[in-house]
Amino acid sequence: MLKQCEGSHAVAEAVAMCRPEVICAYPISPQTHIVEGIGEMVKSGELKNCEFINVESEFAAMSVAIGASAGGARSYTATASQGLLFMVEAVYNASGLGLPIVMTVANRAIGAPINIWNDHSDSLSQRDCGWIQLFAETNQEALDLHIQAFKLAEELSLPVMVCMDGFILTHAYERVDMPTQEQVDAYLPPYEPRQVLDPAEPVSIGAMVGPEAFMEVRYLAHAKQMQALERIPQLAEEFKVCFGRDSGGLTHTYMTDDAETIIIAMGSVLGTIKDTVDVMREAGHKIGVLGITSYRPFPLAAVREALKNCKRFVVLEKSLAVGIGGIVATDVRMAVTGMGLKGYTVVAGLGGRAITMKSLTAMLEKAGRDELDLVTFLDLDWKVVNKQLAREKEVRRSGPAAEAMLRDIGAVAARNY
Amino acid sequence: MSELQTVSFYQTGTFTVGNRLLKQEERSVQANMQRTNSLNSGHRACQGCGEALGARYAIDAAMNASNRQLIAANATGCLEVFSTPYPETSWQIPWIHSLFGNAAAVATGLAAAMKVKGKSDVRVVAQGGDGGTTDIGFGCLSGMFERNDDVLYICYDNEAYMNTGVQRSSATPGAARTATTMPVGERPGNSFGQGKFLPAIAMAHEIPYVATATVADLRDLEAKVVRAMSFRGARYIHILVPCPLGWGSASNDTIRLARLAKETGLFPVFEAEYGEIKSALAIRRPLPVEDYLRPQKRFAHLFGKNLAVDTIARIQAKADKNIRKYGLLAKEAV
Ligand SMILES: Cc1ncc(C[n+]2csc(CCOP(=O)(O)OP(=O)(O)O)c2C)c(N)n1
Ligand code: SF4
Ligand SMILES: [Mg+2]
Repeated sequence: MLKQCEGSHAVAEAVAMCRPEVICAYPISPQTHIVEGIGEMVKSGELKNCEFINVESEFAAMSVAIGASAGGARSYTATASQGLLFMVEAVYNASGLGLPIVMTVANRAIGAPINIWNDHSDSLSQRDCGWIQLFAETNQEALDLHIQAFKLAEELSLPVMVCMDGFILTHAYERVDMPTQEQVDAYLPPYEPRQVLDPAEPVSIGAMVGPEAFMEVRYLAHAKQMQALERIPQLAEEFKVCFGRDSGGLTHTYMTDDAETIIIAMGSVLGTIKDTVDVMREAGHKIGVLGITSYRPFPLAAVREALKNCKRFVVLEKSLAVGIGGIVATDVRMAVTGMGLKGYTVVAGLGGRAITMKSLTAMLEKAGRDELDLVTFLDLDWKVVNKQLAREKEVRRSGPAAEAMLRDIGAVAARNY
Repeated sequence: MSELQTVSFYQTGTFTVGNRLLKQEERSVQANMQRTNSLNSGHRACQGCGEALGARYAIDAAMNASNRQLIAANATGCLEVFSTPYPETSWQIPWIHSLFGNAAAVATGLAAAMKVKGKSDVRVVAQGGDGGTTDIGFGCLSGMFERNDDVLYICYDNEAYMNTGVQRSSATPGAARTATTMPVGERPGNSFGQGKFLPAIAMAHEIPYVATATVADLRDLEAKVVRAMSFRGARYIHILVPCPLGWGSASNDTIRLARLAKETGLFPVFEAEYGEIKSALAIRRPLPVEDYLRPQKRFAHLFGKNLAVDTIARIQAKADKNIRKYGLLAKEAV
C-alpha cells in the first residue's frame, strides 16, 4: 500500500510487521521516533505479544536484547551516535555470542564536539564489531532492509545493523510502499534459535575461551560474514519475488558500464550523486555510481567487478579515519588491489554539512582531470582552520578549539552549502 | 589467628547442613539427597571459597523453589571464571555469561523472553560479585529494580574485586588492605568513605523483597531464597561470602568469619518487603569487632606493634550503629 509518511514511522511499521517479541527503547536523536512509534503500537495493542522495555541506558538496551535473544525471543532495538558508543561492549558481546538481534542505527556524528546531525561516524566506528551492516539509500529501502535483516540475522545467527541517515531519512516524509502483514509473514519465518536457554535442555553460554580455541571461534564469525556475502543477494531476490521490488543486495550500480570515473558512496547521498551524474553525463562526462549497501560484510568481489572498466574511482564518505583519511576508501582500495586504478578519497558531509550538486560537480570535474588531491575534504572552510592553527601556534592558552572556531565564524546562520 | 575452634555436636534444634535429627520439612535443601547440585563439584574455586558455597546454596534453593525451572545470568567475576573452565562447566542449569556490568539487564531480557514465550513458570536469577553489583553493574541493577522486572538478583559480596587480584570495590570496608589500598602511609588500608550498602539502596527502590544473608546460616539463606522466589517482580539478596584468598584468612575459617561478621553487627542480616524491614537475625551475644578482624590478614596492620586503637574503635562504632539501626540485639529474657 502506498503511503506518505516519516522515515522513522515507516521503519517502525516494518519492524512491527516482523513480529518482534522484545524491544528495548532508549531515546537519542535522530532514532527516537522509531522506538516511540513501536512503543505506541505495543501500548495500544496493535502489536501483540511483544514486551516493550524502557531501559535506563543503551548499554542496558543491548544487554536486555542479549538476554531476550538468548531466551529465544526475536529482539530489536535502535540507537545512534553516542548511544551506539555507550553500548559498544554489549554490541561486541551480541555478535560474539552469535545472537541475531536487529538494530537500527540512525546515523549521526560522534562528539566532541557534540553534534546531532548526520554522518556515518557512529556505525563505521563499529565496522569490526562482528555485526552485519546494511546501509539504506531511501526510506523505502530502509523499510525493506529491516524485513530482510531479521531473516538474514536469524538464518546466520548473527546480529544485523540497518543504518539509515539520521534526519535526512529518519525525519523525511516520503512515499513508501508499505507491505502487508501477509507478505511479511510469507517472507519471514518465526525465529528458530540456534541456541537457547531452556531448563529442559540446560546449556552454558558465554564461557571463557583461551588461546586454544579463540582464533577458531573468531574465524567462525568471519566465515559467517562470508556466508552472508552469498545470502544477501539471494535474500534480495527472494524479497523481490514476495514484494515485487528491488531492495537490498550487496551493491547498486548506476551507469557504470562505460564510466571512466566511478563515484562510490553509501546511504542517502547516493540520490544527490546520481542527480549530479545525470547532469554531468549530458555535458559528456563519463561518470558512473557504485552504491554500497552491505558495508559489512564488505563486497570485495562486487566492487572489483563494478570497477573493472573504469579509469579512476572516487570514494565519497561521510566519515573520517583521523590520521589517515578514509574508512570506506581503505576497503575499496583493498578491493581494487592490482587493477592499476587511480583512487581518490573525499571526506564530505561530516556533522550534517550539506553535500551539494555544485560541490560534487566541481570535485568530479577535478577528478576527471586527475587533479584531485588523494584525500579531499569537501567544502572545508580553510580560513577558519588556518586561523585556529595560527592561534595555537601563537598562544599557549588558546582555549577550547571548537568554541574559538565558532566565534570566528560568527552568527550561526543557515549557510548556503 | 589459628586458635582452636570449639566444635559443637549436632543436637535437635541446630540447623546444621546434614542434621538428620530435624524433622523432614525442617531439613535444608542441601541435606536432601534430591538436591540439584546446580553448581556442581569440579569447579576451580579456591579451597574454602565462600562464593562457591553461597552460589551453590542459593541456586539449589532457587531450583527447588522453582520446580527446577530456572535460568541464570552471571556477571564476570570469580564465580563465572571458576565455574566454566570450558570444555567443563559446573552449571547444571541453563546459564549465560555476557559481561561484567550487565547481568541484571541480561536477566531482564530473559524474563521478558520467558513472558512473551508463555513460559512464566521459568524463573530468572542474575548473579554477580560485589564489584559487578555495587560498582560497574549498578546502573543496570537499579534500572531492573525500578522497572520491577521479574528477576531475583543475588550479590555474592566478598568485599573486593577478587577475580582480578583483590582490588578495592565500593563494598570494601574501611581500613581493609587490598591491592589498591595497601597498608602503607599514614592511613593504611582502605579509606573510610561514606559506605555503599546496596541492600539499603535496593530497599529504597521499594522492590518486593530485599534480604541479606551469610554463608554461615544455611537455613536462613535458603529460607530467604524461598521467600524471594514466592514474589514476582524485582528481588535482591546480598550474601556475605568470605574469600580466603582476598581476606587472607584460613580456608577453614570461611563459615566462622561469616558468622563473626553477623555476630559483631558488622554485617546486619535482615529481610525487607516493599522497602520495609520485616525481620532481622538477632545477635545473642554481640562480639567485639576485634574477634572478626584479627583472623584476617587484610586487617593485620591494625594489630601490629602499635594497636590501631582509633581505627578499631571506628569499625566498632560502625557495628554498634548497625545493631541500633537494624535492631539486632536479641531481647533478653527478663
Ligand atoms: C568492563 C570490564 N571491566 C573490568 C573487567 C575486569 N574484571 C573482571 S572480573 C573483575 C572483578 C570482579 O569482582 P567482583 O564483581 O567483586 O567479583 P569477584 O571476583 O570478587 O567474585 C574485574 C575487575 C571486565 N571483565 N570488564
Ligand atoms: S579468590 Fe576468593 S572468591 Fe575467588 S575463587 Fe578464590 S576464594 Fe573464591
Ligand atoms: Mg568481589
